[in-house]
Amino acid sequence: MTEQKIRVLVGKPGLDGHDRGAKVVAAALRDAGMEVVYTGLHQTPEGIVETALQEDVDVIALSILSGAHMTLLPRVLELMQEAEMNDVLLTGGGIISKDDMQALAEMGVGQLFGPGTATGEIVEYIENWVNDRGAKVGTTS
Amino acid sequence: MTPTVRKDRRDDGRPIVQEASTREERMAARVAAWRDRWDRQSKRDIDFTSTSSMEVAPIYTPVDLADNDPVDDIGVPGEYPYTRGVYDSMYRTRLWTMRQFAGFATAEETNERYHFLLDHGQTGLSVAFDLPTLMGYDSDHPMSEGEVGVCGVAIDSLADMETLFRGIPLDQVSTSMTINGPAIIFLALYVAVAEEQGVSPDKLRGTLQTDILKEYIAQKEWLFPPEPHLKIIVDMMAWCADNAPKWHPISISGYHIREAGSTAVQELAFTLADGFTYVEEGIRAGLDVDRFAPRLSFFWNAHNDFFEEVAKYRAARRIWARHMKERYGAKEPRSLLMRFHTQTAGCSLTEQQPENNIVRTAIQALAGVMGGTQSLHTNSMDETYALPTEKAVKIALRTQQVIAYESGVANVIDPLGGSYYVEALTDRMEAEAEAYFRQIEGLGGVVAGIEEGFFQRELASAASRYQEEIDARRRVIVGVNEFIEQDERLEIPILRIDPRYEREQCDRVRELRAKRDDAKYQTAMVRLRQAIQEEQNLMQPVLDAVRSYATVGEIVELMRDEYGTWREPSIF
Repeated sequence: MTEQKIRVLVGKPGLDGHDRGAKVVAAALRDAGMEVVYTGLHQTPEGIVETALQEDVDVIALSILSGAHMTLLPRVLELMQEAEMNDVLLTGGGIISKDDMQALAEMGVGQLFGPGTATGEIVEYIENWVNDRGAKVGTTS
Repeated sequence: MTPTVRKDRRDDGRPIVQEASTREERMAARVAAWRDRWDRQSKRDIDFTSTSSMEVAPIYTPVDLADNDPVDDIGVPGEYPYTRGVYDSMYRTRLWTMRQFAGFATAEETNERYHFLLDHGQTGLSVAFDLPTLMGYDSDHPMSEGEVGVCGVAIDSLADMETLFRGIPLDQVSTSMTINGPAIIFLALYVAVAEEQGVSPDKLRGTLQTDILKEYIAQKEWLFPPEPHLKIIVDMMAWCADNAPKWHPISISGYHIREAGSTAVQELAFTLADGFTYVEEGIRAGLDVDRFAPRLSFFWNAHNDFFEEVAKYRAARRIWARHMKERYGAKEPRSLLMRFHTQTAGCSLTEQQPENNIVRTAIQALAGVMGGTQSLHTNSMDETYALPTEKAVKIALRTQQVIAYESGVANVIDPLGGSYYVEALTDRMEAEAEAYFRQIEGLGGVVAGIEEGFFQRELASAASRYQEEIDARRRVIVGVNEFIEQDERLEIPILRIDPRYEREQCDRVRELRAKRDDAKYQTAMVRLRQAIQEEQNLMQPVLDAVRSYATVGEIVELMRDEYGTWREPSIF
């Protein structure tokens, strides 16, 4: 178990202004004891990855309800790889079909959450991911 | 409340309850006696609250309406304060307009969908634009990448607009366009297309959303700071009053406020407060209130809680009429009418067991109709996944037709009027909205409230509370936190937007820029900039700009250059 607070960037990439979900999740992560950086609206993938680097986050959680996820999420992933952020999780949620979730998972995006997800499920997923990462780092170094 | 009963004893010593004499006293005594019995019953262990987390009583009776005047507060339809409806005869004269919001890919594809809907009995059009269009970016702008034609139709110029309405006579349909930041450009585009069809602006019927205040509060699709946006809205109201008297230049919208997480009362109060702000802006600009107020219209959400929704529409009509008359001095009866469009609640739809959404939508649509809506959009069951398929849209439209023709609810005006519950809830929502109006006024008005983050905070906390109730299973959502099906498989088809539309649309706009009459375009743009700097009414110069095939992105860019941009305080 890590004693340090988990740092999460919650972001809204693209032109989509539907921020209810992002804010509800941001508040739930904060209430679960995480450090949350909320980017606000209309962020570019470049801006998001740059902020994630500056803020040294463990997790990037993006909310996309506009249907542009097949463009925006791979782009963020690509920029993360370029910046060698191999120990950072890219997750998120929105109006994303199961087929698209599958395709994005194959590219290396973490779990994506649709409408109706309990916030506790997201908290648990992030905590487990960070703990597993800690375990991996522990065994290899 | 203490019951007014006189306790006494019979000759044989058995106690008797002798009922008081007046009808009110007898009713109060009955209610009090019922309350005693009710207290002794066991109750299910859940929250008995409305969808808006509002405590509701187990029963409503005449006792709850002690302060309600059935003549002045309820009255009859078509008469002040219009609680029971804005028209004398309502659905017996004309059913509500069945208006399904549609738009995807390019103007070509969307035009086909419009013909499909009109052929299936839809009676009005409603245009859904893609995000780049809503945000004033052309399809080939870097910010538009991946978003072109995805959540609505991509419109870059008059050429696309011509395609969108091909074969649809604009003097015979009414069209609603859901666009806010660039609304003035779309009014101009519509007028220009009509002109090409030989239809003059005075024959155009329809609505532009234009409501920028709720963008800052909820949907977040603004282009400039609030002040220039408000100025442009006044320009549109003035131009329509003179040239397009059947057009609604603004649809003051609670829909998005509710979708963003507000309660029903917040939706009611914040939306009406926005409406008052537009009225005040119009008056401040020197317009006679009776010149523009008759063309103001509203747009409400219909969520799951049936009675709460019906009460909301009734309260909205009464509040609007009272404020327009008493506060703004409107004299024309038509200035007092809160006419509205309703859309069922997208945020209520579940990804789990999506077919259940058909049922939710039917209940919500019924509330809209029982609340006296003038037009209605019913959501499709698959909208938590993607834009709806043709089949899903058809079921949604059929839902309205079943309500209209089979259920019998359209036979009687305001059929819930006089329900103790609905009347008590209508009174209560009016009172709670008034409390919000005072609070907003205390902050310095709606714009000050936006700048200070008041609305954003109110919404974020209501949305979080709702989610917490669901997470804790104090609020049951069928298929989500109860009646869950493990390993559920999706059995409905999902619409996909082919990425080739984006490429085609980018090519089209680039080609248009290369081929248009450049001198005409340049002249129109210079004139537009000058009009902005001189604070003239922008409608004519924008009309000239769109006629010269200036693109939406080019016009917005010029405006952004003059008016600046805006960033909201980040609150969660």
